[in-house]
Amino acid sequence: MKEKKGMTKAEKNTAAWAYLFIAPTMIGLLVLNFYPIFNTIYQAFCKTGDFGLGNTFVGLANFQSLTVGANASEFWQSLLNTVKYAIIEVPFSVAISLVLAVFLNRKKMHGVTVYRTIFFLPMVCAPAAVAMVWKWLYNQQFGLINNLFGVNIAWISDPKIAWISIGIIGVWSIIGYNMVLFISGLQEIPGDYYEAAEIDGATGIRQFFSITVPLLSPTTFFIVQTRIIGALTVFDLMFMVMDKTNQALPQVQSVVYVFYTYAFTNGNKGMGAAVVCLLLIFIMIITAILQSCEKKFVFYN
Amino acid sequence: MESAKARDRMNSVIIHAILIIFAVIMIVPFAWMILTALKTNQEAISVDPFYIFPQSGWHWSNFATVWRSYNFLTLYKNTLLMIFFRVVCACLTATMAGYALGRLNFPGKKVAHMLVLVQMMVPSQIFIIPQYLMVSKLGMLNTTFGLVFPGMVTAFGTYLLETGYRGLPKDLEEAAAIDGCNVGQRFLKIMMPLTRSSMVSLGIFTAVFAFKDLMWPMIVCSNATTTTLSAALAKMQGQYSSDYPAMMAAAALAVLPMIVIYIIFQKQFVEGIATSGGKL
Repeated sequence: MKEKKGMTKAEKNTAAWAYLFIAPTMIGLLVLNFYPIFNTIYQAFCKTGDFGLGNTFVGLANFQSLTVGANASEFWQSLLNTVKYAIIEVPFSVAISLVLAVFLNRKKMHGVTVYRTIFFLPMVCAPAAVAMVWKWLYNQQFGLINNLFGVNIAWISDPKIAWISIGIIGVWSIIGYNMVLFISGLQEIPGDYYEAAEIDGATGIRQFFSITVPLLSPTTFFIVQTRIIGALTVFDLMFMVMDKTNQALPQVQSVVYVFYTYAFTNGNKGMGAAVVCLLLIFIMIITAILQSCEKKFVFYN
Repeated sequence: MESAKARDRMNSVIIHAILIIFAVIMIVPFAWMILTALKTNQEAISVDPFYIFPQSGWHWSNFATVWRSYNFLTLYKNTLLMIFFRVVCACLTATMAGYALGRLNFPGKKVAHMLVLVQMMVPSQIFIIPQYLMVSKLGMLNTTFGLVFPGMVTAFGTYLLETGYRGLPKDLEEAAAIDGCNVGQRFLKIMMPLTRSSMVSLGIFTAVFAFKDLMWPMIVCSNATTTTLSAALAKMQGQYSSDYPAMMAAAALAVLPMIVIYIIFQKQFVEGIATSGGKL
């Protein structure tokens, strides 16, 4: 990049075109995203008046309430719930989708397109509808699952079980997506490695652990990272499956659910803003930890 | 050799068996949604698990009832308009910005690039309160504009198109420059058509993402006649909570159009959504 003074006429002309092209996106990002980031942080330090007007500066009061004050138990519980959801969703969806991807990537495999189309199906469905269907499947009295297996489990109203039930919907929803990413990662592994291993007499399982797993680690890391961030901002499944009267709600609701309740159900934008600021800090810490793990566990050629 | 062949066949059978079990797990919720939607409520809550199919005929009228009482025509129209404008805005702004970032040199390019990356790293919930207040101050609650508002530009799409433009060969553009084409002509006639596949990916991703979104339409379009399919389902759940066939019919009406389009264009859908990376 050159300084403006030293630019030739042609370069100036190019720059003018570039500004024209990039202006809509930049103005949009500034108005729709960057102003809101600062505005949200500002509001986190304010008490919201009626109709979102009349913000009064209250300093750290919102944060204090969330971390040690009146709302602390609800907030920390929701953070714990979110982490628990991620602990179900991420490892299970990654492990299952990796196995499915390895199966579909076999030589002379039949029906790959059909399987892929089926596994990917939840990705094009509105989570609101998916959650409604699962809520019906989980119904304690009339649901398919309890009747099919002859059990009587309170899948979504028992606080000890409900978070797992929600996690299962999360896994079901995402395995097809992870699987497609794994398949494209697998196709980048050169076939000679496997041929050499075959000549040496290595079994399929041995090949999987000594060739596939290390060479696939960049893809795996990418999926794990994006899924952790995705899981930490989960909302739709909890919102649709858990009724407001559900006794298990406090043990299941995610941080974003609490954010929605404060900011939009109760109209307390200041508290909502503070929740989302704390979530941002938490996500930044997790991202930093993941970045330092990358060097240790990911194998780049 | 014979035993190796037999072992291969055995493996193949086991693998297909596992895949079929998972395929069934993926299909059952959809099948149960449709089957419940076609039953009477009495049949739906029958505890006999072997009443898989409706016993008293297929009650297609459940669909008609939900269609009328929830005005699905309006919901489809609202959702479609939102998707249409979001896709047009995203593709238009992203292809222009992506071309500038990927192919042109200008002072401030690094800053612009950084803004795009930062937006992608921040969880989108942090934008929502101010975005809502802006729509509200503009008097645009319960409008299509309100639904489209946060999607008028896209950092992810800009990044996707930037990568696409950067991967194109240099000589094409140089030859056109020698022939006297200015930057705008080169962009429109030569470069933009070459990034068609990235544009298709972005369009599909934008459409599916908008279709799935729940929180934003609930916030800006609380009115049942202005909202989208997803948000309407959330409202419906409160009112119909014990009429299971009605709820399943509504869920089916909400997802089936997208499923049909997906099955027709499944290759483009899988690629388009998979290239989106983490932004889902």
